[in-house]
Amino acid sequence: MTVRVGDELPPLRIPITRTLIVSGAIASRDYQDVHHDAEAAKEKGSPDIFMNILTTNGLVGRYITDHFGPHVRLQKVAIRLGAPNYPGDEMVLTGQVTAVTDGTAEVSVTGRNGIGNHVMGKVTLRLSLDFPHGEADSPQRGAR
Amino acid sequence: MTGERTVGERTIGEQVVGEQVAGGGSGTDDFYGRLRAYEGRAAVAGGEGRDAVNEPMIRHWCEAMGDTNPAYPASAPPTMLQVWTMGGLSGHTGGSIRSEAYDELLALLDGAGCTSVVATDCEQEYLRPLRPGDRVTFDAVIESVSPRKTTKLGSGHFVTTRMDIRAGGELVGKHRFRILKYAPARRSSAAKERTTEVKEARRPRPVINRDNAGFWAGVAEHRLLIQRCTDCGTLRFPWLPGCGACGCLEWETVEASGAGTVFSYVVMHHPPFPAFDPPYAVGLIELAEGVRMISNITGVPYDKVRIGMPVELEFLRVDADLELPVFRGAVA
Repeated sequence: MTVRVGDELPPLRIPITRTLIVSGAIASRDYQDVHHDAEAAKEKGSPDIFMNILTTNGLVGRYITDHFGPHVRLQKVAIRLGAPNYPGDEMVLTGQVTAVTDGTAEVSVTGRNGIGNHVMGKVTLRLSLDFPHGEADSPQRGAR
Repeated sequence: MTGERTVGERTIGEQVVGEQVAGGGSGTDDFYGRLRAYEGRAAVAGGEGRDAVNEPMIRHWCEAMGDTNPAYPASAPPTMLQVWTMGGLSGHTGGSIRSEAYDELLALLDGAGCTSVVATDCEQEYLRPLRPGDRVTFDAVIESVSPRKTTKLGSGHFVTTRMDIRAGGELVGKHRFRILKYAPARRSSAAKERTTEVKEARRPRPVINRDNAGFWAGVAEHRLLIQRCTDCGTLRFPWLPGCGACGCLEWETVEASGAGTVFSYVVMHHPPFPAFDPPYAVGLIELAEGVRMISNITGVPYDKVRIGMPVELEFLRVDADLELPVFRGAVA
């Protein structure tokens, strides 16, 4: 697999279940009640429990390593949250390679759910040495 | 990572419907000045991870995320970085690890009505993988506090902290985290839901225990019972296990005649509680026997209640499961 600027990653569809929200929050040691207690979430003005940012962060990382394989190394993950992930929704992660330089790739990631963009982010990863990439083809190379 | 904000303003940008550097009065500018004074101060100093990096936590996390990467759990997923700094359900050993400065900043925002919080941004840099056995330490600084912004959620301030995470003294990761501390926007649909809640909500249930069970047993029989110390004869209310005058633990009960006067009162306008419909008067009733109790005053509009007003005990059934002693007033 050669990595080139403009490459699109296949979408990853993630059903937003209560189980995912609660297990993600607890596995990330985030016990804020809005991530597991629907009544408490309602009292705080939210229609239901919603996914915590640490789970979103983990899912974005997983999306990248699922696609590129276990030998790449994540260097940076920067995410910004928008529309919350509520139970019963589905988030579709999509990604596009935006830069390839010296064995490092940048991928922009968007996670869209039924009410809007849940997450927009940028991931920088180190491609492994035996990972061919289209650096020479990168139109952004000169610009960087 | 500064200067690489290619994420764009879009997502929260969509929520930021208007932006205002809180102006108009020097008072609000002063407030932002007070907030900004916290920029550069420590948010966390000398934090230590509750647990060493370990396989079970990695495995539980991977199961939750559906992450089957074979590199784990021999190494920790990089995006678990923040997890190793979390206090968990019982918090960090020795209490909160937040600095005094950060507590003060959050308290200032709370005081300005920005009581809700939502995480908006997380930017992490991974310098080397964490492996089971690594023990993390961390320090964080308050990087910036934004001017007041109006978002879909409500208006408030973004607070950005930057954390350095070390293992064995070596810098292993950087973690920039942004939260929005905001005053929730009043939404018409939410307001409607609240109104419905008020209609359907039930009064709080009394907490009945060994020390006050006799009182509630009396209420069930429409008797208002006062405790009397069998040693010194002092009457006491509300119910307590011992006499406040002589310390004696033995007591008997006296049934109140039901006559009383308004000793004092307040009128509740705000905040609203479910099952209560403000404005309403909360009375401190002095019973003919001499003890005082807090109760509702019925039969008199809230603005006609007066100190010294004679009142008479009655029992009010507030719902199928709850009856309460209240006092009916007589307008002079």
